Amino acid sequence: MSQQVVPDLHGRFGPFGGKYVPETLMNALIELEEAYNRYKDDPDFLAEIRYLLKQYSGRPTPLYYAERLTRHVGGAKIYLKREDLNHTGAHKINNAIGQAVLAKRMGKTKVIAETGAGQHGVASATVAALLGLECKVFMGEEDTIRQQLNVFRMKLLGAEVVPVMSGTRTLKDACNETLRYWVSNVNDTYYILGSATGPHPYPMMVRDFQRVIGLETRDQILEAEGRLPDAIIAAVGGGSNAIGMFHPFVGDESVRLIGVEAAGRGVDTEFHAATMTKGRPGVFQGSMSYVLQDEGGQVLPAHSISAGLDYPGIGPEHSYLKDIKRAQYVPITDLEALEALKLLSRTEGIIPALESAHAVAQALKTGRTMKPDEILIINLSGRGDKDVESIMKYEAEGGPHA
Amino acid sequence: MSAVITPNAIDEVFEKLKRTGETALIPFLTMGDPDLETSVALVQAAEEAGAHMIELGVPYSDPLADGPVIQRASERALRSRISLTDCIEVASKARSRGVKMPFIIFTYYNPALQLGLERFFGLLKENGFSGAIIPDLPMEEDEEPRRLAERAGIHLIPLVAPTSEARVERIASRATGFVYCVSSLGVTGVRTTFHEGIDSFLAAVRKASRVPICVGFGISSREQAERFSGVCDGVIVGSAIVRKVEETLPQLESAEASEKEAGIAAVRNFIAGLKPQRTV
Repeated sequence: MSQQVVPDLHGRFGPFGGKYVPETLMNALIELEEAYNRYKDDPDFLAEIRYLLKQYSGRPTPLYYAERLTRHVGGAKIYLKREDLNHTGAHKINNAIGQAVLAKRMGKTKVIAETGAGQHGVASATVAALLGLECKVFMGEEDTIRQQLNVFRMKLLGAEVVPVMSGTRTLKDACNETLRYWVSNVNDTYYILGSATGPHPYPMMVRDFQRVIGLETRDQILEAEGRLPDAIIAAVGGGSNAIGMFHPFVGDESVRLIGVEAAGRGVDTEFHAATMTKGRPGVFQGSMSYVLQDEGGQVLPAHSISAGLDYPGIGPEHSYLKDIKRAQYVPITDLEALEALKLLSRTEGIIPALESAHAVAQALKTGRTMKPDEILIINLSGRGDKDVESIMKYEAEGGPHA
Repeated sequence: MSAVITPNAIDEVFEKLKRTGETALIPFLTMGDPDLETSVALVQAAEEAGAHMIELGVPYSDPLADGPVIQRASERALRSRISLTDCIEVASKARSRGVKMPFIIFTYYNPALQLGLERFFGLLKENGFSGAIIPDLPMEEDEEPRRLAERAGIHLIPLVAPTSEARVERIASRATGFVYCVSSLGVTGVRTTFHEGIDSFLAAVRKASRVPICVGFGISSREQAERFSGVCDGVIVGSAIVRKVEETLPQLESAEASEKEAGIAAVRNFIAGLKPQRTV
């Protein structure tokens, strides 16, 4: 496969990406792009990020051989990339550190962020506290209820949590509201976007800050096995953990890349977030990508038991990888994810986040079809503590059809 | 394609206003709020109230550039699944009832993209539109739509903002129809103050532009309209009118013809009350 460098100068990943935002934001995005280009190869900037990732977040995270899970599945040798062991419990901190350090270099004193499950909000609130920045987090009202614990964590960290009452009251509208706030306060405020979505340069920048996942994994698997894996599986909502994991392997054609999206109650119901399976290309929240939409181009509400995957869009680079057939994207239902969460908890003593449980569920399917000398890596993007309460409620209410 | 170039109605209106020394009043209405039939009647009422041209707003699920008033109107319209083509048809219905003023469609990009850009601009032309405003389409992304708009004789009207700075020159110099100047940072909605550098911003746009310049985002009263009438060629009023429609909903949605008529009259009077006095 001829490897094209993406994105191009216009922020395009093939036909996807770009900058579709109100004119008011254009200069802010250009300023951000210029600042990022200035610093991205700057040794001091990179050293500061490296230091924080290591000493503050605890990187490198282990690549753990899940022996009991491997035995249970009875196929491929399964490894877990333990992003759940990061400070704050998920991969989101990688990007939050990178962007907050950039915000500081740009002289911004205030940061804003959107959040779905609350992991990116917590990560942003955390780095804001660490670097002395004022922080506001926009969160859909429904998510503030589903993830009360994370709301409280953000407040403890000194951030203000703004419940978003518009539209679906979930991640989609939290993103809208953050962009609207940014339009009004663009002069002194930096927007820490948490997923590999939105207008250029965000999808590129978030990918670059998350690439550390894939880069470490590459070194670790070469050290442990002396060769590259046969398959890598990661959950995709907007797609930040997946793109960070996939990107360093995109040129290695022998490595299958599998993104797992949330099928909610099933892709043939109205209640899912299976953007790749059921969506089509369109412009949504600043970029061209696959979108769940109706005939007329109205964006449809998404549904997933996992607040972090409950999103009708996906990052443009994933759309590109799908269309050039370098990665495949498959759906996993709420129920399958829950079963996988329980299985991993019992076999390995690791409670994964509901988002990551989708990747685990797919690994059970894919791993079974693979040979014992083949290697499969699951990106375990986050830990499940935040989900325990909502799972309890879900089970009490009688499961997926309540 | 015919080589005959028909003059665009927006240009003609501004020519005429230049001679009379008037500032254009350009109302915005969300189509399908509360229903399409009422939208046709409100467009007609806007012309009777003295509007010189009108923006027909297409409801969208994710209106990034809009504040709460227009968000709510969009949600109301989307409950009855109003589509882009429904909104376009309002124009031809209004035209057949004798409305003369130019029509401008205001839509986010995705509905137009999903309809097909060629079809979109073709339908605008067939249904008597003169202009289109796409708030999430900056000049970096507008090459194809600009070409198709031009071919259909539709002005693709660009927005400039106080934060546009160096971009003002590039945007304004290639604008057709008019330049839509965003009066303040933030989303659409009623406000009491405007961006502090507004006058020098408007002067910069004026200098760079070969076409008229109009001001919008936040204008909600005759006083505010008059404040800008000396320094621009037109004022756009959106949220204030949409809010008036919202307040009048019980009447507009009434089954009683007389009630409904009273509701439309209330909106008509409100729009008439916004009209800036002639500058001498």
